[in-house]
Amino acid sequence: MILHPTVIANLLAAYIGSGMVLYAVFYGVQILRHWDIQSGHELQLVLERKTYLISTLLSYVFGLQLLSLFLYIFTADSLTPLFVGAMCAAGTLNVDGFGYPTLVLKIFSFILAGLWLVLNYADNQGYDYPLIKKKYLLLAFIAPFIILETILESAYFLNMEADVITSCCGSLFSSERVTGIGSEIASMPALPMMWIFYSAMSGTLLCGIFFYLKGLGGYLYAALSLLMFLVSLVSIVSFISLYIYELPTHHCPFCIIMEDYSYIGYLLYMLLFGAVVSGLGVGALLPFRQVESLQAMLGGFIRKLALASVILYAAFTALVSYEIVSSSLVIAYEVVY
Amino acid sequence: MRNWIEKQRYIIDFTISSLLRRKVKNFGLLALYTLIVFILASTMFFTYAIKKEASLILKGAPEIVVQKIVAGRHDLFPASYIETIKSIRGVASVESRLWGYYYDSLVSANYTLLTPPSSDAAKPSAKTTVVESESGGQSARPLYELNGAVLEPGTLIIGNGVARLRNIGKDDYMPFRAFDGKVMNFRIAGVLSSQSELVSSDLMLITGEDFRKLFGIDQSHVTDLTVAVNNPSEVEMVASKIKKHLPDARPIIRDEILRTYDSIFNWRGGMMIVIFSAAVLAFVIFAWDKASGLSAGERREIGILKAVGWETSDVIQMKFWEGAVVSLTAFFSGVILAYVHVFFTGSIVFEPALKGWSSLYPNFELTPFVNLEQLTTLFFLTVVPYTVATIVPIWRAATIDPDSAMRFTGE
Repeated sequence: MILHPTVIANLLAAYIGSGMVLYAVFYGVQILRHWDIQSGHELQLVLERKTYLISTLLSYVFGLQLLSLFLYIFTADSLTPLFVGAMCAAGTLNVDGFGYPTLVLKIFSFILAGLWLVLNYADNQGYDYPLIKKKYLLLAFIAPFIILETILESAYFLNMEADVITSCCGSLFSSERVTGIGSEIASMPALPMMWIFYSAMSGTLLCGIFFYLKGLGGYLYAALSLLMFLVSLVSIVSFISLYIYELPTHHCPFCIIMEDYSYIGYLLYMLLFGAVVSGLGVGALLPFRQVESLQAMLGGFIRKLALASVILYAAFTALVSYEIVSSSLVIAYEVVY
Repeated sequence: MRNWIEKQRYIIDFTISSLLRRKVKNFGLLALYTLIVFILASTMFFTYAIKKEASLILKGAPEIVVQKIVAGRHDLFPASYIETIKSIRGVASVESRLWGYYYDSLVSANYTLLTPPSSDAAKPSAKTTVVESESGGQSARPLYELNGAVLEPGTLIIGNGVARLRNIGKDDYMPFRAFDGKVMNFRIAGVLSSQSELVSSDLMLITGEDFRKLFGIDQSHVTDLTVAVNNPSEVEMVASKIKKHLPDARPIIRDEILRTYDSIFNWRGGMMIVIFSAAVLAFVIFAWDKASGLSAGERREIGILKAVGWETSDVIQMKFWEGAVVSLTAFFSGVILAYVHVFFTGSIVFEPALKGWSSLYPNFELTPFVNLEQLTTLFFLTVVPYTVATIVPIWRAATIDPDSAMRFTGE
């Protein structure tokens, strides 16, 4: 293990986060089993109060999850000098088998936690907690992922061994590494990907606007926004990063959040995460439009969500286009290597 | 949206005035919180700045250093090996080095004696000679600067720390006891500039001939070699070839030195944080206690708020803003205090623990170096635990029934 202050902070955040989720799930299960809004039983009153606690807890977890996602990448990047062959976070995450799975789980659980908050907000608008059971089912679904993420993250950091000088010679020759860690990231060819990105984005935005105006095609928009999220991630690796680094061979999706590129990556990723959470929120809430106590407000809220998602995607696209136009890199032909 | 912002503004307004109404209790918490942030921030700023300093200096270090190992220990390097290494393809130049330590029993300190590369000593006209490896580039620090001093046989150029310790300066004489017991007297030709004191504090520059006389090393041996390699991606290959041709040699690559230093400082910093985690834990318990032990007045206040129409979620929001105000005030004042402590007062509190011990202490000022990573880490180590510790007490306070709250406090 590497006893680095930032590693300690990461692990602390992971343990605190899963501790809070476990606590929330404990009461969530009780709510699932004993919830009865008609009853005036003491247990029901206690549970009603606990819902406040759980939603507060989960908003903290949600914030913590977002912060720790970035902290995780930051940590991976700052540990780079300790490993032979690692050039940036991409290489460090590859040091053992747990780095990338943790990252994927972090993103996944962040999106799920965001969806939970959307559901929670809608639920709080109704006087009779109409979505309470669904909400806590979703929570019970999220919890194992967050716990698994904590386990993987601990394994990742605890398995790390820095390549330091050994007493016979440099560590390079003692540990018989085959080659350095592959810090190259496989990527899609840039130019076709650019076409895909822009056409998919215009489709998604059109669908979103159509839904906002006419109220039709909500599920399609939710699906498209998820698809668009994945397409955008691939695009960042494939061509957006190239324009930001102004280097036709550097595909790293992590270096853009570093100081050298004026932290532009934070803005890009925040827009993207915000867009996908609100876009998926549309799909998550649509089935409940007919619920009696929510009828009055839910339609408006869903439309607002869709609008927010469309605006965030549009802002993302605008930012990306600005980066491409203002970059001094010109991709005339594909670099094959 | 506008309404929402207005609502938050009123809640913050209310929160701050209610915080100010209970000055003593809240300032106690704030002071303790600031202290915790201050301690952790000082540790982190100090280790990161030292790490930065070390990496800047090492950037100018040679790509490969080759030592000879006998029975697992560092030994003198046979000069005949130099040709073997020169013949390896990719090697740009090979330079032999003479350096060692001399223990001065008078002041019980170790000096580092070094023979500067031959090219520097032969530049008497230069006013300030900056000795720096070419590969270092702009950002690398010079290892030492000769302030116009000229090194001749029989003279020494000494580092600032030595000058301070022995209270000597230019043109003074300094006696040494050679390997055979004879006394050798050297004239001080100059003192190194203080800018590089972190590394040159205990340094003494001496000519090769004098060095050999002092330590009894014959012409066929040197201390070690530095190897320059033109293409950075060939460094590892050259090092492995040296190891192959000369099995008793120990090539050390610059990156490995950097990596090892990094690990050591990471470890020291991490160790300090683990030690201080006990303090953080104590603070978290304190915060928990503070937050859950509501005074009668506070209970009544919450009761009245709820009676006049505040919802549970409003009270939670109020408490959230209370936590945010306290946390951010403590966090920023702690960080600013730590910044002053580390970079302006030379971290008087932690210096002995983090720097190690030596009778020849370098006096140096760290270059301020603070980045987002350090601040985020600090935030996670202090604000996050505090926030989490207060959630449950906050919720408990916010769900008090108005009637019971008011009835309870009617004593």
